[in-house]
Amino acid sequence: MNEKPPSNRAPAKGGLNSEIQSRIGHQLRAMYDDVVRQGVPDRFADLIRQLDSQDAASQIEATAKKDGRD
Amino acid sequence: MPLTDSLRDDILATVPSLRAFAISLSGNADRADDLVQETLLRALAHIDSFQPGSNLPAWLFTILRNLFRSDYRKRRREVEDADGSYAKTLKTQPAQSAHLEFEEFRVALDKLPQDQREALILVGASGFSYEDAASICGCAVGTIKSRVNRARSKLSALLYVDGAEDFGPDNTVRAVIGGGGS
Repeated sequence: MNEKPPSNRAPAKGGLNSEIQSRIGHQLRAMYDDVVRQGVPDRFADLIRQLDSQDAASQIEATAKKDGRD
Repeated sequence: MPLTDSLRDDILATVPSLRAFAISLSGNADRADDLVQETLLRALAHIDSFQPGSNLPAWLFTILRNLFRSDYRKRRREVEDADGSYAKTLKTQPAQSAHLEFEEFRVALDKLPQDQREALILVGASGFSYEDAASICGCAVGTIKSRVNRARSKLSALLYVDGAEDFGPDNTVRAVIGGGGS
């Protein structure tokens, strides 16, 4: 298979140009990993720790009421 | 199973990718973190139903995805006419920046029908197998494969071919809502 020069155009129909496919894959992972690298925010570590010693079901009700959700 | 220390650690270790998934789905960091919080609360409340040795991330992603779906339907009813609000927000941002390509990508991703977007993210970014992604989305493996393929084709058309297809946010959102779905 011949190597094609970089192109901004995809084939008209059907199969995706492999260079475009790899760019899409790369951008998708870059966007995703950007968030993954932020780790676990304190809010969630605290939440789990707090729930550890409590009844999770009653906590859900309390939180749902408090948040009121928009 | 009961919440052991190691299970709790495993849940916490999944939080970063749950957040990434939630942001990709909702396009909004605050809302994403609320979704993750609800997911954790629900998971812990139903921890007895988790099968030891089964795929914990897939279980948590399933909970988050279902929460997002029901929340999304609720919100659409509340704001019927606010078509593609997230895409619009992004489009009004200044275009000239080093992140232009990145922003364009996010806007394009947001234009995909929800089914296709989540399939593409689960397989292409979260690293789930087609089988796991199918179980998370409650559909057949072949359906996931075809959604991923269609998502890639549409992204390619949106990003790299000018005016190749017409599937504005209005149409796709209506299709998703109208389709009901899983």
